[in-house]
Amino acid sequence: MTQLPIQFALSGTAKIKGERCVRVVRLQSDPSQLNPESEMLICDTAPNLLPPGAIAVLRSHIPIAECEIHHDQFVHLPPELDYLGDGDVIRINPTANQVVVLYRRKSQHNAILVTEQCNSFCVMCSQPPRLQDDSYLINELLEAIPLMDPSTGVLGITGGEPTLRFKGFLRILSSIKTYLPQTEVHTLSNGRLFAYVRYAQDVANIGVTGLQFGVPLYSDLSHTHDQVVQADGAFDQTIRGILNLARVGVSVEIRVVLHRFTIDRLPDLARFITRNLPFVDHVALMGLEPMGFGKSNLDDLWVDPIDYQSVLLEAVDLLENSGLCVSIYNHQLCTLNRSLWPFAVQSVSDWKRYYPQSCNSCTVREQCGGFFASSVRRMSRAISPIQ
Amino acid sequence: MISLPILKSPFKAVEAYRSGTDQYMLLPFRFERIGEQAILTNFAGDYIRLSIQDLSTLVDHRLDPSTQIYNTLLSRHFIAESDSDSWIDLMAAAYRTRFEPVANFTGLHIFVVTLRCDHSCPYCQVSRAQSEHGKYDMTVDTARSALELVFQSPNPCIKIEFQGGESLLNFELIKLIVLEAKLLNVDANRELSFVIATNLAQLTNEMLEFCKQESICISTSLDGPADLHNMNRPRPGHNSHELAVDGIERCRKHLGQDTVSALMTTTKASLEIPEQIIDEYVRLGFNSIFLRWLSPYGFAVKSSGIIGYDTVAWMGFYEQGLRYILKLNQQGIMIREELASIILRKILTPFGCGYVDLQSPTGLGLSAVVYNYDGLVYASDESRMLAETGDTTFCLGTVKDSYTTIFGSEKLQSWVDQTMTEATPMCCDCAFEPWCGTDPVFHHAVQGDLVGHRPTSGYCARNMTLFKLLLELLDQPEYSSILRRWAL
Repeated sequence: MTQLPIQFALSGTAKIKGERCVRVVRLQSDPSQLNPESEMLICDTAPNLLPPGAIAVLRSHIPIAECEIHHDQFVHLPPELDYLGDGDVIRINPTANQVVVLYRRKSQHNAILVTEQCNSFCVMCSQPPRLQDDSYLINELLEAIPLMDPSTGVLGITGGEPTLRFKGFLRILSSIKTYLPQTEVHTLSNGRLFAYVRYAQDVANIGVTGLQFGVPLYSDLSHTHDQVVQADGAFDQTIRGILNLARVGVSVEIRVVLHRFTIDRLPDLARFITRNLPFVDHVALMGLEPMGFGKSNLDDLWVDPIDYQSVLLEAVDLLENSGLCVSIYNHQLCTLNRSLWPFAVQSVSDWKRYYPQSCNSCTVREQCGGFFASSVRRMSRAISPIQ
Repeated sequence: MISLPILKSPFKAVEAYRSGTDQYMLLPFRFERIGEQAILTNFAGDYIRLSIQDLSTLVDHRLDPSTQIYNTLLSRHFIAESDSDSWIDLMAAAYRTRFEPVANFTGLHIFVVTLRCDHSCPYCQVSRAQSEHGKYDMTVDTARSALELVFQSPNPCIKIEFQGGESLLNFELIKLIVLEAKLLNVDANRELSFVIATNLAQLTNEMLEFCKQESICISTSLDGPADLHNMNRPRPGHNSHELAVDGIERCRKHLGQDTVSALMTTTKASLEIPEQIIDEYVRLGFNSIFLRWLSPYGFAVKSSGIIGYDTVAWMGFYEQGLRYILKLNQQGIMIREELASIILRKILTPFGCGYVDLQSPTGLGLSAVVYNYDGLVYASDESRMLAETGDTTFCLGTVKDSYTTIFGSEKLQSWVDQTMTEATPMCCDCAFEPWCGTDPVFHHAVQGDLVGHRPTSGYCARNMTLFKLLLELLDQPEYSSILRRWAL
């Protein structure tokens, strides 16, 4: 559902020059509306005259030679970024010759990255934590949020562990409340910090509309969960965190990634949730994404989905029959028992979704969530077009 | 034990995160032997079935941490290891959740708008003939005083139920109560709902129109097929069944399919034909039936020779009926049994329930309260029925008393004290205690005190049998998922 921003180094022909350092800007297609302080002009054709102080963002097909503007007045996009358009928010770093896409107005899957640091070290993490100081990200996001479209339906907050920089995290929530008052906010967090109720209370006090925390819980047994996240005591902290978030009235979603270390006790975990955490608003059972540690540990983690259909059915049945809302993410329909199809969600973000050649003749391709591009590393034996 | 792969460095094995296996701790639980097995329950209401041998190994602290049973006991909070203690927060939350109905306080407010009735049912404890007009009707003044009490309840959900006699015989008062309650609710701001309990014989189109306008639900009586129903519920013309069926159809047409529910009373004649009773409910399009047991006091005790029966006979009827309902569900006919649903909810979920007859402490006054036609306030429907036989033990006062006089009375407090099953004799050691409750009116009427004597209590015998029956059925894969859905 939520994705990290993707970084693209500009191609050899790219030009970002001038005196300005890293900037967060919104793209504007209408020259008469352009505010050069916070916007750049996105152009489909070579512009001949720019308003004073304006910088143009040129799509890759525009030949630089045809532009009659000065070389420090434009950014030339690589072809991969041609999808950028009006209202999108980017970060430009001239010294590194780099553009980072922070927000796409037309996407349903916008997410902001607060930090890449994390206090867990999950064995299947698709974006392994980095140690380096990235505290500058908070200020950039505080610049970016006011530039986002107030009609944005959902905004994700992700990491790393976004609550690690707690004060910055609160400032981001406040900014969202101010500038995006109608936007629902979905935060991915291990919830461990909220073992202290005062932090949960701080979050609730901001009063963001439709705030939900997606919190991973990998087992009903503390030692199994702790092993999956490679952090001693994490289970107790996450459990208390979930209870405290609920106590202060913040909505919680439980996320379970299915692999060798979590699959055997999945029905027990489902039962545990129905008995102990029946107040959660959603349970997401998620297929493994073979990226990061999910890639390096793939041989040890991989279980073919067709080999875990019986436990998945049992878990979904338990949750569903307890009145909980349950979804299955990241699974291709042909790997799922038909009675599980109603729970399958097209969770792979539109621009990351991929279908191999063999899917072309499939009759349910349009309803199917498809693959992560990385999924081709290991595909289920069950992959075959449904006729 | 499933063997898991060994992850590459720096990822550590599970042993690195498990230091508390050397000595597990027993958390509080109770157990009940059933043959060679035992049912264990804890105060969060969770349960597990173990062999007697495993139970013995468990309490001797000799369970092997690598076994599935060990993990299940750990998961369900029957044991704990020293390196994790979030179980205490989870059990505290579960315990609070189970007792939430008590904290919410009185939600069901019953107005007996008249004792007059057009029927003369032999098992009815309270009704009076239609001719004695006026004497047995609630007055406007009484209704207004009762409404003042209703909105002093802290419960965020208030349900006002109209009963009789035949409640529709005093429909003008029902209208007045509904409209004034809505007016009071502008300030009180509760989730307010209304139900009229009626045999439907007196239902006019004007009444239906009012019910539609004010979103009032209907609860009627349906004892089964026409022969049985008309025998149980005599009225001039012997057409009680015909009028009920016609009324049900009209309600559905005017108010919507799900706005009318039906209740049945089990008499001696019912015991032989559970299938036919259930078929009648299915034929009339109901998706639930409550195989109720007849309160054996009041008029019913007096006439119990004719219509009454013992616990064993009722249990036979109930089990036969329940198994038939399950069979229907397997055939795709979705109908649920309400008593089983209430108990399953207690067994399978952490939630408590507002069902007055299966609560600890007692639901008397705490879940429901009755404002009688004569202005007296009773602790439950059964309480006022007992009062009609001359025993006013469960009268809490009058509608003219203050809220605190009634709901803070020493009488009510002493009932609560005496009916916490956590502490009543034998209940305190019973494995089924977290799912069970108490019925002080029954025990007072039959055994002479509020607590009662468990080994000879029909209430206890019936509930014990019900719990065991439902646990047995839950373990059968063909019924399990049907029963789980009922607990929703």
